[in-house]
Amino acid sequence: MNFSEVFKQSNQLCKVSPDGKYLATCVQYRLVVRDVSTLQIMHLYTCLDQISHMEWSSDSLFILCAMYKRGLVQVWSLEQPDWHCKIDEGSIGLVSSRWSPDGRHILNTTEFHLRITVWSLCTKAVSYIKYPKACQKGIDFSRDGSYMALAERRDCKDFVSIFVCDDWHLLRHFETETQDLAGLEWSPNGCVLAVWDSCLEYKVLLYSLDGRLLSTYSAYEWSLGVKSVSWSPSSQFLAIGSYDEKVRIINHITWKKIAQFQHPATVESTKATVYKEVERRPAVGTDEMSLHNITTGSTLFNTQSKYEICSLPVQVPVVKPDPDRANPKIGVSVLAFSSNNHYLATKNDNMASVVWVWNMQMMSLQAVLEQTSAVRCFQWDPCHPRLALCTGNTKLYLWSPGGCVAVQVPTEGGFQVHSLNWHCSGNSLILLGKEQLCLCYMETDEEDK
Amino acid sequence: MPESSLVKDGRSSSVEYGASPLRQFSQSSLLLHRNSYMLSTFCTEHNVQQCLSHINQEISSLGLPPVWTESGDSSELNIVAVLNCMYDLIQLQRRGLRTLESMEVEQLKSSSSIDHLQLTITHLKEQLELSKRENTGLLERERQLQLKAKSLQSCLKNEKEEVQKLQNIIASRASQYNHEMKRKEREFNKLKERLNQLLVDKKEKKQAIDVLNNIGRADGKRSLWKTEKTEAKHEGEMYKTLLSDYDARHRELVLENAELRKVLQQIKKDMVSILSSRKPAAKSDKPEHSGVQATSEEEEEEEEVFDSSKESVELYCFHAREKLTNSIRLQWRRLKSHVERLDSQASLVQMVESKNTDAVPQETQEEEMDRLKLEIQQCKDFIQTQQQLLQHQVSSACDEETASLLSNCYMLQEKERLGDEWKTLEEQRKIFERERKNFTEAAIRLSHERKAFEEDRATWLKHQFLNLSPFADSKKTPLLKSKSAFLISAETEAAATVAPEKLIKCPSDTASPTPRCVALASASTTDLCRTLCFIPENSSVQPKTNGEHVEESGTFCGDVFVQHQQWEYSEDHTLSQDKNSSI
Repeated sequence: MNFSEVFKQSNQLCKVSPDGKYLATCVQYRLVVRDVSTLQIMHLYTCLDQISHMEWSSDSLFILCAMYKRGLVQVWSLEQPDWHCKIDEGSIGLVSSRWSPDGRHILNTTEFHLRITVWSLCTKAVSYIKYPKACQKGIDFSRDGSYMALAERRDCKDFVSIFVCDDWHLLRHFETETQDLAGLEWSPNGCVLAVWDSCLEYKVLLYSLDGRLLSTYSAYEWSLGVKSVSWSPSSQFLAIGSYDEKVRIINHITWKKIAQFQHPATVESTKATVYKEVERRPAVGTDEMSLHNITTGSTLFNTQSKYEICSLPVQVPVVKPDPDRANPKIGVSVLAFSSNNHYLATKNDNMASVVWVWNMQMMSLQAVLEQTSAVRCFQWDPCHPRLALCTGNTKLYLWSPGGCVAVQVPTEGGFQVHSLNWHCSGNSLILLGKEQLCLCYMETDEEDK
Repeated sequence: MPESSLVKDGRSSSVEYGASPLRQFSQSSLLLHRNSYMLSTFCTEHNVQQCLSHINQEISSLGLPPVWTESGDSSELNIVAVLNCMYDLIQLQRRGLRTLESMEVEQLKSSSSIDHLQLTITHLKEQLELSKRENTGLLERERQLQLKAKSLQSCLKNEKEEVQKLQNIIASRASQYNHEMKRKEREFNKLKERLNQLLVDKKEKKQAIDVLNNIGRADGKRSLWKTEKTEAKHEGEMYKTLLSDYDARHRELVLENAELRKVLQQIKKDMVSILSSRKPAAKSDKPEHSGVQATSEEEEEEEEVFDSSKESVELYCFHAREKLTNSIRLQWRRLKSHVERLDSQASLVQMVESKNTDAVPQETQEEEMDRLKLEIQQCKDFIQTQQQLLQHQVSSACDEETASLLSNCYMLQEKERLGDEWKTLEEQRKIFERERKNFTEAAIRLSHERKAFEEDRATWLKHQFLNLSPFADSKKTPLLKSKSAFLISAETEAAATVAPEKLIKCPSDTASPTPRCVALASASTTDLCRTLCFIPENSSVQPKTNGEHVEESGTFCGDVFVQHQQWEYSEDHTLSQDKNSSI
């Protein structure tokens, strides 16, 4: 495993182009585009203000930089560096900006979710979509980029509009049976739309592309409900994480629950392997505790970590949430399927330092990763069954079915990994610190051969 | 009367032991009576007649034969009658006393029992009182509890009402809240609308797009006008994607179905093959059964079903599927029953087998049985010997390996006993040693004496010789000489440091013990006994200085034994040696 040198970055804005060739990073009000392989700066763009959002277009030709405070969006072209585009939302404000899947339109959500403005870069045309709903995930494009589902609120009722992204033609518009729609997500094949209610009610609705209600699923009543929803890449399963610390897997034929994964405080499943991160401070003699060491060596404060396989049963650290506060830190908040559909990684919020990996073939717990600190972020390798995670310290953790490894990021100044992103090839990993970034290259034996 | 008295006697006697002080008292009172009689004389010489008559009356009143009979002229006192009467009186008196005693005892008993009963009565009364009190207490408590229950029930009712009220409140609040929410949302929407309107009306210049030059579409096409055509196209595309998805899913399902059907077919085939292979066998087993026809029918049916199912794979329709599942179900039922039958058969077969083996190869069976019996016997013997050995081991103190606590104690005891024995033996040995010393000294003395005697005899013989004719004595001297020479040689040999074996051998070599004894006896008849003792003593003492082998025998055994041993030495040398070693 190799690490690149450290680059500056701000707001954790750092993205690899969809084609995997370029790396765009934002440093204050500058946008830096590098070649991923050489890390040479290809282009440097200067925006009008500090960039708060940055996004690549789907064809990797344009980069959108949004400055929400000023209600501005600037678009840069990679092919024509002198080409420029500026969209000003004016006094109406801007809270969100995104590309349409074709990479020729920009969707801006105005403040108060008053409307969504669709700007066309081809024709400079502007169109508005009224009544967008302010919610967890109110807008979603199908994976092939042909349809957009939008949650709307009119007359105290929830609606879903399905648009054809090609010409923003409203294909379907239907009312949903929700009290307060919280999110919607297309299945990866783009044929089913999962819609879920707010956490006050456990309700997941499945709509066909043509607006038919396929099924309704509700696991229980009278308690805080859905916290997270995720489709498997094959569209075969829908995983629903809820406040009752369980994940329910729904199948795509009967839309009924086929499995339920619990997150118990005591891991007893004999099939599971429990990896526990053990920190070891390097033994330092008193004579070595000189001023020199302290001033120069960041390594002094670095602890080495390794994983130990615990014998079952294992007690997992649990933090009891405050019942008097809203949005209690309990329940499954993150769900992620591996690219080959074989594994599901979950995180239960009241066990913040633990990542659970479930085997979707056996429908059982495969591994439990118990970290020393709370898990900040985890992401699956887009090509291999490999999970990368970080906990806000100087280490990178990787899990694969073969085992578990903790790697110290060998940079000076104590690079703390707050977030990470896989390169689309799965060969490298972008590690984001507070104001820095660093690339981590995986050693691929296949390539060597 | 006598019977009752006897019974009373028995009773009184049993009571008497218990109430001895009472008897004493009665006796003393009797004595007092007597004294009083003595004082006031009842009968004097003057009033004998009256007394007599009086007594007679009294006695007759008591139901006894009269003492005195007025027989005509002379009134004589019938002494026998008097005595009898007196005896009877005394008896009566005693009986009376006894009954009195028993009555007294009875009375005491009854009085004590009365006391006891009274006590119990009072106790019971107290208990009754107590239970009454308790009862009232319990009643009181029950009343209280009932009151409490009532109050609790009312409380519960109140609570329920409260809950209902609260629920109502919550519901009303919820509806109120929902209403408010809706109102707010509407207001919010209105505001949004207004804002939107304002923004539109204002024609805000700021909101604008500033593009250097328009860029082409990603697909390179030009954007189209929105027409009904495009709408239809979109619809069509949507349905196309949906259809393709359904198609894909359908294909998957078909594939899966085919796979499952294949598996089913395979299972069915296997079943059929199994069942058909069984059928002929069953048929041949019991051809006389009436169910032959049925089975054949069944088979036909089965085949038919099978065929139809085969077709069904190709037919692929609902009807065929039903047939297939039906046939599978049928086969499965048959298989199940078959397996069940097999199960029952298995037990049957076992029994039959046992019978068969008995009947057919009887000889081998018997042989086998014999062999097995022999083996069992051997095993039993083995076990027995093992047990014996084990017991022996346990009982013998020398075994320390398997010594349990008990055996340890046993061993200790044994050790102590052995130690004691050892001590006594040691003492004995010492005694023997002393005795031996004495004996050796005596032997030395004796030899000296013998020497002296020999010398005396020599002188005496010399005298004789000198006195008598030289012919008569010339015969004796060589004999004697030879004897003395033998003795001396024996002694010297014994004295010489020779190995004990040699020492022991030499007498047997030279002569049997009896002649030797005789020779010795001839030398001195008086010392026969002593010499008899000495010889072994000599042989045992001397080797003591030389070899330890014989010394042991000497130390351990009494002189009698040593003697005996000496005999044995003479008889069988090796045997004695064995004995020595064993000792």
